[in-house]
Amino acid sequence: MKRANPTRQRLAALGLLGVPLLTYPLLSLPSGELGGIPATYLYLFGVWAGLIVLAAWVAERRK
Amino acid sequence: MLSGWFIALLATAYLGLLFAVARFGDARADAGKSIISANVYALSLAVYCTSWTFYGSVGRATSGGLSFLTIYIGPTLMLLCVGVIIKMIRISKAQRITSIADFIASRYGKSQLLAGMVTVIAVIGVVPYIALQLKAMAASVDVLLEHSGGSFQVLGLDSTFLIAVVLALFSILFGTRHLDATERHEGMVAAVAFESVVKIVAFMAVGIFVTYGMFGGLGDLFQRAAASADLGRLLQLDSSRAGTWTALIILSGLAIIFLPRQFQIIVVENVDESHLKRAVWLFPLYLLLINIFVLPLALGGLLHFDGQGINPDTFVLTLPLARGAEVLALLAFIGGLSAATGMVIVETIALSTMVCNDLVMPILLRSTGNFVEKRNDLSGLLIGIRRAAIALILLLGYIYFRAAGEAYALVGIGLISFAAVAQFAPAMFGGMYWKQGTRAGAVAGLLAGFLVWLYTLLLPSFAKSGWMTSGFVENGLFGIGWLKAQALFGLAGLDEISHCLWWSMLANIGAYVAVSLNTKPDAVEASQAERFVDVFRFDSRNTEARLWRGKASPDALVQLLERFLGAARARQQLAAYAGSRGAEHWGNLPADADFVQFAESELAGAIGSASARVMVASVAQEEDLGLEEVLDILDEATQVRAHSRELEAKQRELEAATTELRDANDRLRELDRMKDDFISTVTHELRTPLTSIRALSEMLHEDPRIDLADRTRFLGIIVNEAERLTRLINQILDMAKLESGRAEWTTSEVDMGEVVRESMASLEQLFREKDVALEGDIPSGLPFVLADRDRLTQVMINLLSNAVKFVPGGTGRVQVRVAGSAGLVRIEVRDNGPGLTPEECVVIFEKFRQGGNTMTDKPQGTGLGLPISRQIVEYFGGNLWVESEPGAGANFIFTVPLPAPDDNSGRQVA
Amino acid sequence: MSKKILIVDDEPNIVISLEFLMKKEGFAVAVACDGEEALAKVASFAPDLILLDVMMPKKSGFEVCETLRSDPANAGMLIVMLTAKGRDTEVAKGLALGADAYVTKPFSTKDLVARVKTMLGIV
Repeated sequence: MKRANPTRQRLAALGLLGVPLLTYPLLSLPSGELGGIPATYLYLFGVWAGLIVLAAWVAERRK
Repeated sequence: MLSGWFIALLATAYLGLLFAVARFGDARADAGKSIISANVYALSLAVYCTSWTFYGSVGRATSGGLSFLTIYIGPTLMLLCVGVIIKMIRISKAQRITSIADFIASRYGKSQLLAGMVTVIAVIGVVPYIALQLKAMAASVDVLLEHSGGSFQVLGLDSTFLIAVVLALFSILFGTRHLDATERHEGMVAAVAFESVVKIVAFMAVGIFVTYGMFGGLGDLFQRAAASADLGRLLQLDSSRAGTWTALIILSGLAIIFLPRQFQIIVVENVDESHLKRAVWLFPLYLLLINIFVLPLALGGLLHFDGQGINPDTFVLTLPLARGAEVLALLAFIGGLSAATGMVIVETIALSTMVCNDLVMPILLRSTGNFVEKRNDLSGLLIGIRRAAIALILLLGYIYFRAAGEAYALVGIGLISFAAVAQFAPAMFGGMYWKQGTRAGAVAGLLAGFLVWLYTLLLPSFAKSGWMTSGFVENGLFGIGWLKAQALFGLAGLDEISHCLWWSMLANIGAYVAVSLNTKPDAVEASQAERFVDVFRFDSRNTEARLWRGKASPDALVQLLERFLGAARARQQLAAYAGSRGAEHWGNLPADADFVQFAESELAGAIGSASARVMVASVAQEEDLGLEEVLDILDEATQVRAHSRELEAKQRELEAATTELRDANDRLRELDRMKDDFISTVTHELRTPLTSIRALSEMLHEDPRIDLADRTRFLGIIVNEAERLTRLINQILDMAKLESGRAEWTTSEVDMGEVVRESMASLEQLFREKDVALEGDIPSGLPFVLADRDRLTQVMINLLSNAVKFVPGGTGRVQVRVAGSAGLVRIEVRDNGPGLTPEECVVIFEKFRQGGNTMTDKPQGTGLGLPISRQIVEYFGGNLWVESEPGAGANFIFTVPLPAPDDNSGRQVA
Repeated sequence: MSKKILIVDDEPNIVISLEFLMKKEGFAVAVACDGEEALAKVASFAPDLILLDVMMPKKSGFEVCETLRSDPANAGMLIVMLTAKGRDTEVAKGLALGADAYVTKPFSTKDLVARVKTMLGIV
């Protein structure tokens, strides 16, 4: 029996974390703007980029 | 400058370049030096980004604001479920899966019916998506031609049709050059990765040009948009559309793995599972980058062309052209061309494999068996079928474009396809994780979901373009209100995609689960279910072979392989297989279950698992294994696994026991060695005084003429050495008693001050003789300790006599201090002798180890005093140690703990 | 001219007895109480024979023996190892390092004198 792969579990956990962060109702929280750029735009791309950075870190680091 | 011919030439040149990349990739693959790295794999996933992304997202953003992002967030989240994808890859490799239709069919008992159904759904579902590419390319050519006032016509055919023809030719060139056993096309993957780079560069170049060249950056664009009431709306999310947002994320998350071309690239073309580790973040990063400028482009276009009626789907081209940046517009055109060709090539190759293996072949095999039997080499026929399928699929795309294309924006068309392939999800996921899912359940689920999709999404799209009456949309079928196509059972208020997703999934999952629970799988289904769900455990080829029983003729099998793979390739594979079984030639192999298994899996690679099973069955007389028997064999395999796990556990226990034994043995050997050393040392210590005694007494005995002075001196030495010998023997016995725990202890209340004073008094003479000062600082009223008085005196005398031994006569000085502190009594014996090095501070407590040069007083030291003292002090729970530095004297300290408080309350010495 | 003997031992009482014994037999005697002193005395006193204890501080008898044997100038010098450890391995080690004889403590004075004389060729 193969034991659960920790890297795969961490990535899946990231995916699960992404679901509430990138859907409603959390999505309706950011409002107004920052430096002329709408907060929603910054929030969406920011969370997305954060997930990518974390995924890269989890997937590429050496054991 | 942008004449029709120039554009056609440029496009052809670019396609030629793509083709060169593919040829290079194929050549490297043939030479065994694959260029498919983790990065190439990750980039090839970006075949997901089609004209939809390139042109359509901007158009979508002009009406829906940020909602276009859902199409890219879904895949990001889905890819993070790496485990699911790895399982799909594992299963596909183990089962020689060549397409998503093959996957589903194989799981549910290699069912030709299911393979055909999935193929039909995939083709019908994806045709609009191909139409979308044609539409986008036609629009982009029109924009360029309009700009230059030129036109492009050959034989009176419209440009869209010409584009479809060119794409068909290219797809045929790319994908069906030869018939791979595994259906892998490394050259195509390389070309797709290449075009992915081209399209992101082109799109970002336009994005940067518009944002920073035509406007003053992101902030400027957003602020100007916010100033307008219409555009300001696009900057905010509309929370009333929360349901659509989530639905689109789910839909695109499913599409990223179930679209035929995505399944092809992610699963079939995967050469190494570990490549996923890169793809899991690099592909989402690609999606993020290509989307950053979508909203700015949409806003820029709306601001720039305010009210000019320019199609937002073409902003990527029209914005640069409006500023006269023709080169940039051409780059954008190439990017869009890239996106469309990449999609069309991979999609049609994937679909043509399915059409050939799962639709045409079964029909040919069934209806005109004679026809197939008459032909010796069928590999040419297979390729022909695939080529025809590619042409047909593009033709269907063109027809859909003519029929419904005008009514929808690009994204709208694409979503129809997404909703179609989402119907595969229950059968796929259920098949991978739920053994009870049956063929009947899968058929029912797919059929129900597909029909709902057809009724609520595809047919209304025809109706919208006026191709058929729209009565069933507006008033419901036969005028029944709750059958309104896009408000089924009165479910209104949703957009059409969410509406379709909701109802089709309900029907699909419901039918799949309900029918599965009420049907029994047959033997093949049951064994395939085991193999799919337990793929990580199920790798025993032995079990595979045991699941087939019957008679087969080796010649017939070889013939079969030669006919479908082509003679050369078949012989190559057969030779490799014979080698793996240790036979010189395949002719020597028995046509056993293993051989049949090999032949079937080779065939599956070429014509799909369902057809392969039929073909093998046609030449081999298979005994029908009953369901019970299959389950027994599988059970047995499971038990063997469990048994071998038990054996492994026993093995590990034995190994652990062996290690323990070995350690114990080593410890014993070490003890034996220590005992040996001890005896050798004791012998040495005993022989040394004996030597002087024997030598001197022999001389005295033999020579009576020795003068009186020498005689007296010698006798004195003899007496001293005899005393030393006695002391040594006593101490060795004492040590042995202490160590074995057989020493006798008389424990009583002891006043440490008194012990110290008495010890000092008894050695006063010794100190006076050597002229060494002995000072005491002993307070009265110390608490009693519970200990053996004589033993403590022994320790004290040992420390004092050591001290006097090492200090110089005349200037020597020994100080004794006694102090009671928290819970213990502390005794110090400090001298001003030569001191000890840090190493000596440790070794002097070992047996027979003495510090410094003891030449002068050697006869007095036995090397056992300190080890014995330490044993005594430790017996009473105290410590004995030394603090010293060379040249600074030594301070021997020992402590004796006081009894527990309730024992000695009020027992102070008065 | 009488033969010269160097006595090396860290036990003063053994040195006393050996010195008396050898002087009585008419040998010229020098003493050293550790390995380093022994090497110095060899250079200054140039003995014909050394009675060398094994267990000594600073430099063991084995080390002294090895050092002496590595110098060809001392080739003719006789070395008798004295030891209180009687293990076979010790005897073998001493002989391997170039000692001419091995005597275990405690020894018979008669035997030791006879042996020394035989080795020095005085019978």
